[in-house]
Amino acid sequence: MTVDAPSLAPGAARRRRARSSGGTSLTRSSGLGLGVALTWFSLLVLIPLSLVVIQSIDGGWETFRQTLTNPQTAAALRLTVTQALIVTAINVVMGTLIAWVLVRDDFPGKRVLEVVIDIPFALPTIVAGLVLLSLYGPDSPLGVNVANTERSVFLALLFVTLPFVVRTVQPVLMELDRDVEEAAASLGAGRFTTLRRIILPSLAPAITAGAALSFARGISEYGSLVLLSGNLPLKTEVASVRILTYIENGNDAAAASVATILLLVALAAIVLLQVISSWVARRG
Amino acid sequence: MRQPRTAGTYLRRLIVVGYLFLLVIWPVALVVHKTFEGGLDNLQTALSDPVVTDALQLTVVVALWAVAINTVFGVGISLLLVRYEFRGRGVLSALIDLPLSVSPVVVGLALLLAYGGNNGTFGPALEDAGLQIAFATPGIVMATAFVSLPLVIREIVPVLHEIGTEQEQAATSLGAGPWQTFWRITLPSIKWALVYGVVLSLARALGEFGAVKIVSGNVAQQTQTATLVVEQKYQDFEQGSAYATSFLLALIAVAALVVVTILRPKDDLDGD
Repeated sequence: MTVDAPSLAPGAARRRRARSSGGTSLTRSSGLGLGVALTWFSLLVLIPLSLVVIQSIDGGWETFRQTLTNPQTAAALRLTVTQALIVTAINVVMGTLIAWVLVRDDFPGKRVLEVVIDIPFALPTIVAGLVLLSLYGPDSPLGVNVANTERSVFLALLFVTLPFVVRTVQPVLMELDRDVEEAAASLGAGRFTTLRRIILPSLAPAITAGAALSFARGISEYGSLVLLSGNLPLKTEVASVRILTYIENGNDAAAASVATILLLVALAAIVLLQVISSWVARRG
Repeated sequence: MRQPRTAGTYLRRLIVVGYLFLLVIWPVALVVHKTFEGGLDNLQTALSDPVVTDALQLTVVVALWAVAINTVFGVGISLLLVRYEFRGRGVLSALIDLPLSVSPVVVGLALLLAYGGNNGTFGPALEDAGLQIAFATPGIVMATAFVSLPLVIREIVPVLHEIGTEQEQAATSLGAGPWQTFWRITLPSIKWALVYGVVLSLARALGEFGAVKIVSGNVAQQTQTATLVVEQKYQDFEQGSAYATSFLLALIAVAALVVVTILRPKDDLDGD
């Protein structure tokens, strides 16, 4: 989250102007604080996650290959990645649109929408599943029942990833200088040209950051699917559920293999989106 | 200056409100409705069930621990990342966000591999020393702290950048010690970002499901948290209790968010 690191922090994109070489060198007490913080961070996050990767390598290439060519696991990974991609694409469009309306439009009840955006994040994931079942399940007042189908996975991911693009784009949009847009318009640029050449390039880093978070959350989702998707093998079973099944069967090596794949896919998505973002920003 | 309202303005407004209504508002309203379908019966049944109350109690204890740890750690690491220069700072700040991209199930697996009592790397040694982590409260606290770790940091780092160091330097030059500077200058400036971060962490901590399911062992009245009770009750066809417990969990989380949204000054940064 410092200026020199690629980061997904909501404020990172708009705070590039912060001092690039801020800060003093460590004093004795702050050095001690850093030591304590790093120890805790390692014990909690770094060492356990490394053990997952080590476990997956430990089993050798053969475990890896066997796990991934298992039809059930392959289907789960395919479903997870496909649905996460579709949902992320929708979030890029809808999230930006929602942020736009929240920042540029004004109407009674807008503050309510602000809270509504945070609800999917605040709700326990298992409750999110229950919530979606009430409108899109067997007793749906709309007559739409997606429970135990592929569309339930899509719907659950759409729900839990709603806030990410909105919350990253919104602050940048708020700080965007309206003068530039007006200048472009007064020089004869149409609304579409202004959008494409002025607004989108400035929003690109934020949209990217939001999309990366949304995709990462999408491929790792578990809780909201438990009650909604039925976890039907080869049909609605996602990667996280596969990992859980492997853990429950005591097959840690296979679980670690799928987990490592998920970590790699998330990483690849983040890098790819960074590249796209800088391309869009340059082109503008 | 607002743009003149065109048909596009209303169309966008309609799309956004319609989308949020179908995706969030209506479904949430239905769950509230179902909770109170038989008056207060569902809530009463749930709250007189020791399985539910024990789980709620455990969830609150775990969430408070996790949030307390994340708040102290978050403020400390944010100050270090923003105010100090040290090797590996960039790497650390990139790694801090990692827990947000990791599946809760993978978090559970990772903690078991490290602290599992039978074949974890540190688990057996720690258990010989009398500290059980996996399938006990410390493990649940760790899983919860893991998944909500970056939330406080993500809120206060941008604000720390924004406020700069001038006031802090002035305080120091006037003779204030580091603690005094922190309590009197830094903390008041990051107050709202910190509160928002804490509320987000609390919401996430109360609601963690996947990681806790793996690490806790899910034993009713011992290591079963509220979200695990929701799953169990729903699958045992005690839907009323499931809805009531969900409602209570959602109520705490959403109420906290609403309070912060209302209290927080409108011109505050971070767009909330």
